[in-house]
Amino acid sequence: MLRKTFAQELQQLKDAIVELGEIVQKMIMQSVTALRNRDIQSSKEILELDKEVNKRRYEIENQVLVLIATQQPMAYDLRLLASILEIAGELERMGDYAKGIAHINIRMGDTPLVKPLIDIPRMAEKSCDMLSRALQAFLHEDEQAAKAIPREDDEVDALYLQVYRELMTFLIQDPTTIERANWLLWAAHNLERVADRVTNICERTIYVVNGVLREIDSSDDEFRAL
Amino acid sequence: MNENSEYILETRNLNLYYGNFLAVADVNIKIRRHQITAIIGPSGCGKSTLLRAFNRMNELVPTARTEGEILFNNENIYDPSIDPVEVRRRIGMVFQKPNPFPKSIYENIAWGLRINGFRGSKSELDDLVEKALRDAALWDEVKDKLDQSGLSLSGGQQQRLCIARTIAVRPEVILMDEPASALDPIATLRIEELMQELKKNYTIIIVTHNMQQAARVSDYTAMMMLRNHEDRSGTVIEFDRTEVIFTNPRDKRTQDYVTGRFG
Repeated sequence: MLRKTFAQELQQLKDAIVELGEIVQKMIMQSVTALRNRDIQSSKEILELDKEVNKRRYEIENQVLVLIATQQPMAYDLRLLASILEIAGELERMGDYAKGIAHINIRMGDTPLVKPLIDIPRMAEKSCDMLSRALQAFLHEDEQAAKAIPREDDEVDALYLQVYRELMTFLIQDPTTIERANWLLWAAHNLERVADRVTNICERTIYVVNGVLREIDSSDDEFRAL
Repeated sequence: MNENSEYILETRNLNLYYGNFLAVADVNIKIRRHQITAIIGPSGCGKSTLLRAFNRMNELVPTARTEGEILFNNENIYDPSIDPVEVRRRIGMVFQKPNPFPKSIYENIAWGLRINGFRGSKSELDDLVEKALRDAALWDEVKDKLDQSGLSLSGGQQQRLCIARTIAVRPEVILMDEPASALDPIATLRIEELMQELKKNYTIIIVTHNMQQAARVSDYTAMMMLRNHEDRSGTVIEFDRTEVIFTNPRDKRTQDYVTGRFG
């Protein structure tokens, strides 16, 4: 095969994206579990994982730029490298959302949760599941999966809406819960954004496969149902 | 710099003359073992002259003269006690235009082995010929026609035959002077991929006009340019990892050259 070395380097980058995504999934799940269990130590670990994610993102970015500068990528190769750059950025932002949830838990300190967490963990599970499958679709260049996964964003939006309405009832009944309810609303909002960014990853996978760069019309607007 | 050292070659205060003309001035670089080093720069800046200094090929030009040292595994190859023929066996060369001998494919390889003192049996010779052709990624294409003339092959195959001929005598370094400039893009990529295989066992120094090729294949890049327009002497103005040269060079002249704003 011609350009075997270059092909290997592209594959290594794809693998690096999947590994980065695995760390981000772990961060998201752990951030919500830590919040549910009020485990401050666990949240602090997430801040360390975020540093690791940022470091890996820069490494990927740097490697992509070196390959663009030295290997003159064309067509598929160029689309793949441009997409890797984009996806690395999306994953890094998802890591920031997990970090945001960790910060909420740390800032809450000893304050008890306004209510036990039920839908927020579901949001985390659903968006991580979507992320995991989106990364597999990227790895295997599965256009059908990349087109199907964003439709599931509606489920995350519905959960978000449920959380939103429920927290609103707490706020109305007892204004002293404003701060505590707001914290959870932020956490839920972060998870809703994770699922939106999964859609962006799927868009890039479709672009890698067929060269069409088009926005997928998932319900980006979480308040559409309001 | 012994045989286990990171560096295989080092130039010290190297000046290369043709008559009174100082063609290449004051080069001090270290070549890493089992890496591909590219020499790039505009025409006439002394790239090929520098390359040929590494195996004393310059001496075949009557007016050529060398000052300074080139250390090869810590031994100055210009020391009077050194046999230039032995230097050229250990530091082989592949040229711009494929130059197979007008003999059979088999003989193109066997010849070099014989003049370098091979005294084994026919079957041992067969094995060495096969190994050289395999290492040059040519065996599968020629194994059924080893008695045909080397000149019957395509340009790209001829160049790989020349590489096979060079590596048959087990050099440590392979110098390549524009090895793909006479080849089509596919044959060029084949040579470039072969270089990635060869660097596991050899050190490669390549001169190329094709900046993109240097970027694609090499680990280190030496950027050459004229020092000034008065004396017209070429020198190495920047030497670094290839990715640095092509993404973040330190010298403004390198930046201008690799971005196509100069040269």
